[in-house]
Formats: sequence, structure tokens, C-alpha cells
Amino acid sequence: MTDVTDTAAFGPGGERHTSGSLLTESARTRKRNAAEKRFKAYGIGAIAIAILSLVFLLTSIIGDGASAFRQTYASIPVTLSADVVDPDGNRDPEEMSGVYSMSYGSLLTDSLRNWIEQEGIQIEGLTDADLSGFFSNEAQASLRNQVLDNPELVGQTVEMTALTSSRVDGMFKGRVSEESASRDAKTSVAQFQLAEAMRENGTLVTRFNSSFITKPDASDNRAEAAGIGVAILGSLYMMLIVLVLALPIGVAASIYLEEFAPKNRFTDIIEVNISNLAAVPSIVFGILGLAAFINFAGLPRSTPIVGGLVLTLMTLPTIIISTRAALKSVPPSIRDAALGVGASRMQTVLHHVLPLAMPGILTGTIIGLAQALGETAPLLLIGMVAFVSTYPGAPPAGFFDPASALPVQVYNWTQRADPAFFERASGAIIVLLVFLLCMNLLAIYLRRKFERRW
Amino acid sequence: MNDMNIVERNVTTDTFKITARKVQVYYGEKHAIKDVDVDILDKTVTAFIGPSGCGKSTFLRCINRMNDTIDVARVEGEIKLDGENIYDKRVDPVQLRAKVGMVFQKPNPFPKSIYDNVAYGPRIHGLARNRADLDEIVEKSLRGAALWNEVKDRLQEPGTGLSGGQQQRLCIARAVATAPEVLLMDEPCSALDPIATSQVEELIDQLRKEFSVVIVTHSMQQAARVSQKTAFFHLGNLVEYGDTDDIFTNPQDPRTESYISGRIG
Amino acid sequence: MPVQWILLIVLAIAVLGYVLGRRRALTLVDGDARRLHSRPTYYGWNVALYAAVPALLVLLVWLFAQPMIIERSIDRYIPEDAVSEGQTRGMLLNEVRKVASTLNGAVAQDVLTRPEALTLTMDDSARMDALKAAGQAVLTKPVILDAAQQYMRSTHTGSIWLSIVTLALALGLAAFAWRRTGPEFRARNVVEQVMRAILIGCSTIAIMTTVGIVLSLVFESINFFRLYPWQDFFFGTEWTPSFGGGSELGMLPLLWGTLYISFIALLFAVPVGLFAAIYMSEYASPRVRSFAKPAIEILAGIPTIVYGLFALVTVGPLLRDWISQPLGLGNSGSSVMTAGLVMGVMLIPFVSSLSDDIINSVPQSLRDGSLGLGSTHSETIRQVVLPAALPGIVGAVLLAASRAIGETMIVVLGAGAMAQISGNPFEAMTTITVKIVGQLTGDNDFASPETLVAFALGLTLFVLTLGLNVFALYIVRKYREQYE
Repeated sequence: MTDVTDTAAFGPGGERHTSGSLLTESARTRKRNAAEKRFKAYGIGAIAIAILSLVFLLTSIIGDGASAFRQTYASIPVTLSADVVDPDGNRDPEEMSGVYSMSYGSLLTDSLRNWIEQEGIQIEGLTDADLSGFFSNEAQASLRNQVLDNPELVGQTVEMTALTSSRVDGMFKGRVSEESASRDAKTSVAQFQLAEAMRENGTLVTRFNSSFITKPDASDNRAEAAGIGVAILGSLYMMLIVLVLALPIGVAASIYLEEFAPKNRFTDIIEVNISNLAAVPSIVFGILGLAAFINFAGLPRSTPIVGGLVLTLMTLPTIIISTRAALKSVPPSIRDAALGVGASRMQTVLHHVLPLAMPGILTGTIIGLAQALGETAPLLLIGMVAFVSTYPGAPPAGFFDPASALPVQVYNWTQRADPAFFERASGAIIVLLVFLLCMNLLAIYLRRKFERRW
Repeated sequence: MNDMNIVERNVTTDTFKITARKVQVYYGEKHAIKDVDVDILDKTVTAFIGPSGCGKSTFLRCINRMNDTIDVARVEGEIKLDGENIYDKRVDPVQLRAKVGMVFQKPNPFPKSIYDNVAYGPRIHGLARNRADLDEIVEKSLRGAALWNEVKDRLQEPGTGLSGGQQQRLCIARAVATAPEVLLMDEPCSALDPIATSQVEELIDQLRKEFSVVIVTHSMQQAARVSQKTAFFHLGNLVEYGDTDDIFTNPQDPRTESYISGRIG
Repeated sequence: MPVQWILLIVLAIAVLGYVLGRRRALTLVDGDARRLHSRPTYYGWNVALYAAVPALLVLLVWLFAQPMIIERSIDRYIPEDAVSEGQTRGMLLNEVRKVASTLNGAVAQDVLTRPEALTLTMDDSARMDALKAAGQAVLTKPVILDAAQQYMRSTHTGSIWLSIVTLALALGLAAFAWRRTGPEFRARNVVEQVMRAILIGCSTIAIMTTVGIVLSLVFESINFFRLYPWQDFFFGTEWTPSFGGGSELGMLPLLWGTLYISFIALLFAVPVGLFAAIYMSEYASPRVRSFAKPAIEILAGIPTIVYGLFALVTVGPLLRDWISQPLGLGNSGSSVMTAGLVMGVMLIPFVSSLSDDIINSVPQSLRDGSLGLGSTHSETIRQVVLPAALPGIVGAVLLAASRAIGETMIVVLGAGAMAQISGNPFEAMTTITVKIVGQLTGDNDFASPETLVAFALGLTLFVLTLGLNVFALYIVRKYREQYE
């Protein structure tokens, strides 16, 4: 190396600026350390922003939604006068069903008026509209059903626990104040005072609202009766379909790609395809569902079967990617051992590799399902946003009945006018998040329990 | 400032550059270095030898506090550089590492141009007043690392495009450019072919004029070729330390002898 | 015979075939399984697969093909003059289907017998009233009723033939496979061949999905461009759809809204996500990491509808009351800023986990090299780690951008529906995805450009995101190869 002789040119270090005692921090080092601190602070700031966003998001949703799980009811004696509910007087449910809910509404209003008089409550400016708007329309309907089921009640006075309207309910959830009531056409200061009086009296109670979880959606003017029963069922049906289709198909596809596929153009195309599919916007899958499953294949709109199929196609890439990772993590020595004792490749995979990869596959599947459970946009396009107030039937026929889905129900409620629906939308999200939490905890549990280091 | 430096460099080669006393290193529960005392001379090549896992690299990394970057590592005892304890609370490892440069086992040029690789240290430490200064430092360092003639026409090409031996010399040039007083080399030739190895060994001999060089090597021949002083480590202990000739011809400790004759390690 | 029944019977034949096949194999060698080529279960599987697979395939194809064939013949059955003003043949066909399903419903409820349903006429007021009473009123024209009855007849004949063909196929092939069973027969090889074919079939579903997406987008987009000039769609700056006709369907305002919102989202998410990733992979102690990393990942697991609601009820009003109204920038809760910020929060974990991976794949030797030269940790990160990781990070940002462009629920709830091109981020604007949802929810008329435009928008969105993805994945892959 001629170069080495050049080192003669490398004289005694002229640039030894760095010397000086190590024990004193030079000005430059101080500056550099300050920059270091700033940089680190940016990092902490970024993490703080992320975590604060999470906390803010969760508290705002839970704060808004927690009240959906409580609902205000009034218990007053209701006189079921025979003239109203059974004008013909022969207690025949068939004929009594000719009486509309509206008439029962007037019964409730009258009973409330009587009750006020009896209790001696004096409220200025209390109008008939305030009284009739006090109860939910749902209360009339349920009173009617009660009477039709049990005609003996006619003519008696029964203690009835009636659902109050969303405005009265809102008074106890901070949504409606005396001041806002004065500006609201649907309620009034008098109604507000009446509710206060009944509350002090113990007649009005706010208690756990189980019907929110079990009952179907309700129409625009009955926000207080709306529930997520149909939505939960619809989501459950779709998850079943996704599980039954996506898991076997995904596992089969992964086994082929990971264990059997030759390296050629065809498998290359499949692989590129899968990674791109995973990043296609979900709404495009909705368009596919609309065009392929509804318009082309003629499946019915708004049904779990179509939703399930669309979500299956969406979830497949996730499942395939995680399954392949799980298969890849099984060391080749296991395969060699099985092949070495004369097992065929198929036997090797089915008897040895697949069972070892199972925990990873299940974890990936649960995470895929959780994604599918929260997906909204594609379901809007296949009509699941429609108003559905009847429960779908039992599977498999029920898969073809119209249903809603939890996230779509949330969207649906945000499009309504009554603010009580917003509370319910947040409430539905809490339920959705609880489901997601459970699924993720299960995935973490599986991962922890079966994690294997090779 | 330059004057001061020149004065400082007029020390005789007999002065101790580094003195280590009762150095202990723990990796979590593991006691990796036990009670090491060593005095390293200026303007000398000191070789650390010993079987794999004996702690020679770990001790080397103590000298410029690279062990600080490992979460579980803990160092006790004292190591003095020119009489100042480098583990003193007031010492900033950044300043220390400017004085104690390091070359690693695998060539690790940054994914930048050759020029920027060498200029990196001077830039962060603010060693150059202007562009011309920097050019000069880069050229000097590359000459010092015996690489200038090979790369002078392609300084703007990426350093990762060089051959293995060239990359390692680039890394040495990079370390030299910050004008350190001590140069630590952690098995600098283990990833190189024989020709590149001999180039680097030649270079190490040249560097001795300028720096106190400490080299960790797994090759006894290499230690014999390049070093004046040799320290033999075994199971975290410094077994024997002395002139290289003595260690190889007349080892005092039976463990050293076993190692040198190839019975352990 | 209902499809479920056919399915069950075929499966039953397969199970029976399994049992018989296995038994035959064992009987032929007097119960000494060692003399068989394959293990006895494979002989069973062989028969079962022969019974089930072809029959089920035929069933599947038939179910898709039959309605199409019948509808084509019905289509011929409806005379030209039955199509009234403002109707398409497609709408008439829909009506035929509806009437037929009503009649089927009536038969199921025992309001009519099947022959009665098939001979029902519009003049038969007694039966019509009975139908109405049962909630299955038939309100249509005689031609349609005729066609519907024809439809019922064909469907019925079709399903009878379907039963016969599939069951015969299942039985015949099961018998064939059963007869072939013998000690020399290589059952395992056959079974494994079939299984392999099934595996290949499953892995092509991904391709078929893509093909399905492309076909459905392209066909309807072509229909759209027949009704509406493509120049006006791609370069029009007005978006005023009206179902009465005379709509302006220019895409540019939507594209502007999409890009503007995505830009704000990235402006927020990229620095936060990147710094969070840097802090976690370079600085954080294991304890901090074990808490912060999952917390950030929770953000990724939250469905977008939740972010949407958050934008609608919390962030929107907050920005309006505290920033845009006091500064006189606008009065709308839904705005580009609202949607952009919330989407930014959604993208944080996306950017940070991708960047985290990429930063971690920068070799430690580079960090050591830099630290060994006496650079501080942040200098190492800024001048060595980040430049080395840059291509990967660019890829990650592009993936995030593609996600932002395709995001739907946040913009549906947070951005508003005003199609406009404006620079003020506190005004409501709208995006491609919002308009796809808007044009495709509710009752659709697939002959009007106002509905079909959604497919053209979908195609644009698909091409846009696909392009970004392919490019980003290419960059990331190249980057990974560099350090492998």
C-alpha cells in the first residue's frame, strides 16, 4: 500500500480542539446537551399528545354515553276506564285491539292529571300538552299491550311504571335545564317543574335501562325507547358469517402460499394482491358488495348475509397475513422431522405445523374480527343503515332478514334530530368498545398463554 | 488553544494515559468484569487478548463509556484518563468520546458520502471554522487512514459502496477526524480478508505515533504483530499484563500459557 | 327442494361415503391396515370428497346461473309496450321478482295454494282481498302478474332439476369412488391432490376479490360516462347533484376536500407519530414503553365510527366555539380542521408503529458508530438513524396518506357535505368518500348519473389509493432489503 507512506503528512494533530478537562462541560457541549433535552422533550410531548387524545376521546364518549344506560320512569296509578279501552264492553281482545295506542295515551294523561290533584301539586301554566308530552309514546303502546294480554285489568286502577319522554328524561341527565326548556317547543318550564316535583315525591325514578341493550331501534319521536338489540344481533350474525367463512378460507390460502406454493409469477401476483387488498379503503368493499352481492347475485339488501360476505372479503387479508406469520414462525426443523419419518407434506402441515401455529392464527383471527365488528362504511352502502325495528329470525334463515349493526346504528342515530339519540349513539359505542375490549383481551390472553419461543 | 495542546503532547511515552482501578462491570445479574486494574501507556499499542466472552470487549467499551448505551450494564470502580475519572458525575460521555475514539468489529460506515462520513465527527464537535478547514481535516484523516489515494476522486460517493477493508479504513479515518487522544479498536479486522487485514495492521502501527491505541483481538498473531503491550483476560479477570514479547515468550500465569499454546479458548 | 335440504343430503351422502369407503378398504384386506397403500381414513375421505365436492360446485354455479337465465327468458316474456314512460326494463324485472316473492309468501302462509297462485288473475277480487288481508297485497299490472307466475314456474322447475342433478352427481361419484377402493389404490395421493386444489382455490379468492372490485367499478363507471361526459367529471368544479336531472357532477371540489383534510391529518399525525416512535424506540425505558406502546395501539383498535362521533359531538363544537367563531373564520362545527385533526389522531398509531419498525431495523452498529464518535443521542438519531430510515418512513407516510384519503366515517360525520374549493380550514368541505356514501345510501336508481357517479368516484378513489399503496410498499420493501 503506497498510501501508508502518506501518513507522514498526518502531522501532530493540529485540530485537537477537544482537549481540556473532562470535568468541565465546554460551552459547545452545553449547547449540544440542551438540544438533546429539547429533542427528548419533543418525543415526550408527542407521546403525551397521543395519550391525551386517547383519554380525551374515551372520556368524552363515555361521559356522553354513560347516561344511555339509565332511563327515567314514572310510577303512577292508571285507571283503565272501560269506556276507553273496551268500548263494546265484552272484554274480547280481538275487538279491543281496534283501540289505538293514542287512546291509551289519553288515559295516561288523565291519570297524571288526577294524580297531580290528589297530591296537591300546584304548578303555574301547566297545559294539557305538557301532560300528554310527559310520557313516551312507547308507554302508551306498552300499556295497550299489557291490557290486551290481560283483559281482566279493564276498569281497574293499576300502578303503572311508564317510560317518560326524552325531554323529561333529559332533565335528569343535564341535557335539559329550566332555561333551555323555556326555549324548547317540545317541553316547557311547567313540565320541568312538574318533573322536579315528581322527583322530590319519589314518583319519578331514574334506573338502569336494560331495554337499551335488548330493544330494537325506535322511530324519530321516541328516542327514549330506542335500543341496540337488533344491532347487536345483526353484528353477531355477521361475525358468525365472517368467522365461518374467513377463518377456513384464510387458513387454507395461507397454508398454500406458505407451505406449497412454488415461487412463480402466479403466487407473486397473489401475494402482491393480498398486501394491496389489505390497504384498499373499506368503502370500496362496500361498492363491491353493492354491485356484486346485491345487484348481481340478487341477495337482499340490509341483511347480515351480505354484510357478512363483505366483511369476510375485508377480513381475509388480515387473517392471511397473520396466519402466514404464524406458520412462518414454526421452525423448519419441525417440518424436517416429520418429513424425515415419511409423512407427506400435507400430513406434515396438518399434523405438526398447523397445530403449532394455531394460537397465532386464532389471535390474528380475533383481531380481524374485531376490525370487522367496528367497520361502518361498507355496511352503509349495502343498506344496513335502514330503519329496522324487528329482530331477525334464527340462523340460518335469519341471515337473510334485514338487520342493523352496532356501528351503523351509531351512525343512524347521529343523523336524527333529538339530542337524546346522541346520548344513545355514545351509549352504543360504549357497548361496541366493551365487545372490542373483550375480543382483544382474549387475543392477548391466547398470545400469552400459548406463546412459544423457539 | 493549539499551543496548549502542543504542550500537553510533549509528555514522554512512559506516562500513563489511562489508569483503571478495581473496575467491575455487571450485565444485569452477570458479573462480567471483576477487579480489573490496568495502566495504559500513551503512544503505544496495547492489545487485549483472551477467549471469547472473557470480557475484553466489555472492558474496552468501558474506556469510552459505550456501556452507558446498554440499559442493563453497570460499571463500578474508576478509570482515569489523564488523571480525570471518566466515571465522575460531572463528565459528559459525549465530551469523553470525542477524546476517546472507537472503531468497531464490523465496518459501519454511515449511509452517507465518503466525505460526510469523515466530516461527521468534526461537524458535530465543531472542529472546523469553515469549509476549507473541514476539507483539510477530511483529507488529513483519509491520508492518516491510508485511504486518500483510493477515494480522493469519489468523495461524494456513498461510503457503503467501498470494499470491506476500505470501509474499515474509512471508519478509522472517521474516528481519527475528531482528533481523539485514545483510539479503541474492537476486533477491527475480524470481518476483513487477509489482505485488508494487513493493510489495517500496518495502519495501526502508523497510528501509534499519534495516539494511544487499544486493540481487542481474537488473533494472538495479530496481537504479537501490532502491539507493544498485551493484556490477557480470562473469565472477566485480567490475568496478566505486560510487554507483548514477555507475554508470548514467557507467560507468568498458567492460564496465559494454556491460552497461548492453544489449550483453552 | 330447498337449498338447505340439498346441502344437508349431499353432506349426508359424503359422511355415509366416508364410512363405507373406509369399511370397504379394511374389508378388502381382512382388517389388516398394513396391506393398504394409504391409511384407511384416506379411503373414506376419498369417497366423501368425490361425493361432496363436484355436487357442491354444481350447486353453487347453478344458484348463480339460474336467476340470470330465468330473468333473461322473463325479459323476453314482457312485451315492449309494457314498459311505460320513465321506467326501465330493470325496474319491471324488479317488480316481477317482488310480485313472485309476494305470491310465494302467500303460499307459505296458506292464503293460496300453489296452483291458485299460478292461475291467479287481477280480476279475481276475492283472492286479491284475501291476499291484502294477509298483508301480501298484489298491486300490479296483469302483464307483470303473468310474468311473475312464469317466473315462479321456471324457478320451480329449475329447483327440481337442481335437486335431481346434484343428488345424482353426489350418489354416482360416491359409488364410483367406492368401487375404485382397493389395497393398491393410492387414496392418500388422490385426497391430497384434491385438498391442494381446494387450498389453491382459497388463495385465488384474493385475486377474485380484486377482479370483482375492478369489474364492478369499471362497468358502472362506463355506464356513468355514457350518461355524463368524463371531461366534466374529472375537471368540473361544480358539484350540484339533483335527481331531477341537470346535475353538475364535477369531481374537483371533492378531490380538493379529500386532499386538504388528508394534508391536515398528516400534518398532525406525522410529527406526533414519528416523534412518539423515536422516543419509544430510542429513549423510553422498558417501563414507559410497556405502558405507552399499548396505549397508542389502543388508538388503532378504535373503530372509525367512534372517531367520527368524537369529531361530531366534541371536537367540532370545541373548535367552533373556541377558535373559528371568535376569530370570525366560520360558524360550522363540521370543518376541514375538525375532520383533519380527528383523522390525525387516528393516524398516529399507524405512523408510529410503522416508523417504530423501520427505526428498529436500522442496524445498531450505525448507532454505535455515531455514539462512539462522541455525538449525542439526538445527533445520532437526526443525522444517522433518520437519514438511514428515510425511505422507509416516506413509505409509511404514503401508506398513512392512502389511508387518510380512503377514510370514510370521520369525514362523513366531521367534515360536512358542502362541496366547495376554499382555503379556509374552518369551513365545511366534503370528500370523495362522503359523496360515495351520500349517492349510494337510500333508494338507488342505477340508471341515473347521480347514482352511477358514485362508482366513478369509487374508481378514482381506488386508483388513487392503489397507486399510493403500490408505490409505498415498493419503497418499504426496497428499504428492508437494504438492511437484510
